[in-house]
Amino acid sequence: MIKTDIVIIGAGPVGLFAVFEAGLMKLRCHLIDAIPQPGGQLSEIYPKKPIYDIPGYPTVLAGELVDKLMEQAAPFKPGFTLGERAETIDELPNGNFVVTTSQGTKHEAPVVMIAGGLGSFEPRKPIIENLLDFEQKGVNYIVKDPDQYQGKEMVISGGGDSALDWAVYFAEKDSFVHLVHRSDRFRAHKDSVAKAYELAKQGKLKLYTFAEVKQLEGKQQLEKVILETKDGTVPIETALWFPLFGLSPKLGPIADWGLEIEKNAIAVDTFDYQTNRSGIFAIGDVNTYPGKLKLILCGFHEATLAVQSAYKRINPDKIFTLKYTTVQGVQGFD
Amino acid sequence: MSDINITVIDREGVSHKLIAPSDMNINLMEVCKSYELPVEGICGGMAMCASCQVYVHTNKHFGERNDDEEAMLDDACNVKPNSRLGCQISITTELEGAEFELAPEEP
Repeated sequence: MIKTDIVIIGAGPVGLFAVFEAGLMKLRCHLIDAIPQPGGQLSEIYPKKPIYDIPGYPTVLAGELVDKLMEQAAPFKPGFTLGERAETIDELPNGNFVVTTSQGTKHEAPVVMIAGGLGSFEPRKPIIENLLDFEQKGVNYIVKDPDQYQGKEMVISGGGDSALDWAVYFAEKDSFVHLVHRSDRFRAHKDSVAKAYELAKQGKLKLYTFAEVKQLEGKQQLEKVILETKDGTVPIETALWFPLFGLSPKLGPIADWGLEIEKNAIAVDTFDYQTNRSGIFAIGDVNTYPGKLKLILCGFHEATLAVQSAYKRINPDKIFTLKYTTVQGVQGFD
Repeated sequence: MSDINITVIDREGVSHKLIAPSDMNINLMEVCKSYELPVEGICGGMAMCASCQVYVHTNKHFGERNDDEEAMLDDACNVKPNSRLGCQISITTELEGAEFELAPEEP
């Protein structure tokens, strides 16, 4: 069991800033995020895009802002559980909460802050009738433990970085890769696309453009995928298909935590951004209230106020007065 | 500059008449959201999520898909030849009378 003062669900910009604000009040934080790196949508969707409305930064790249927030939070030594989705929140008799992830990691704290943004990023699934029958039975949306697939014949679909990177990776590891893409434009980095074409020339990879996997066949396991191409249908005998169409956010388990949900977001009281469950706060894009704006800027403000109430819940008998960092400096944790 | 009239058919087949200003530099995704139609616009209009995908029911010419949009639609679900991303369709006077249909939500 990981124990801390505040469990923050979501390691995006607002979750990271909450670590800093909590740290100023001597509260320790632990962040959980479904994606394996911090930064939320800033890292996952638009790391190279500029943001122009962060006070004091006329322009900052999303990825740079995440780096800066990590640096700012660092003195307060936050813990991270990354690549695991927060699944459940249970309340203990002592009033503490236990947040359990998809991998079963448990975190206990008197306060939970949900900074879940748009929800958790889930693989985008293609629409194929019997897709569910073959999930984990040949159909995988992410590549885990790549060694197990080395030398095998496989089909990879998609035109983004992950599709191209894995296609190149496996083709170079003596697997035979059928790379299937809906057009002849690739979103992936130019170098990986060039490499894929090169490998296709060498006969290590077969490229199908303007093609799509439309049917899956097999008894227990995947045995065959059927492509629709501009020259008709093409069956490929294979036990492995990786549809790698990127990630799209889903509210996911948040909807099952007994919180009041309005328009796909968690309703909060603007006094301290607490939800209808005492001790559980929601900050940033995941919350809603009259006048809500989904801006990073507003999330920072919400995090700051939420932490004040969190302090009072954790330290009911201690007084606290606002101190200015300019006067006090930042005293990190050992 | 003036307001324009467009029609958006939601996922239940209900047709909505929307009025949108053509001089505010806004896009179709934003108009749908302001009318509280079920359009998420998750990425905020960067052609990076496809949650605002629409089918264009109109022959009016108002620009082609751009590169980012094409790339996103290559990976999205329920894509048809007349698919566009609402966030990449600017509201201009050329859209007067145009009709769009919201694509199904991604599974």
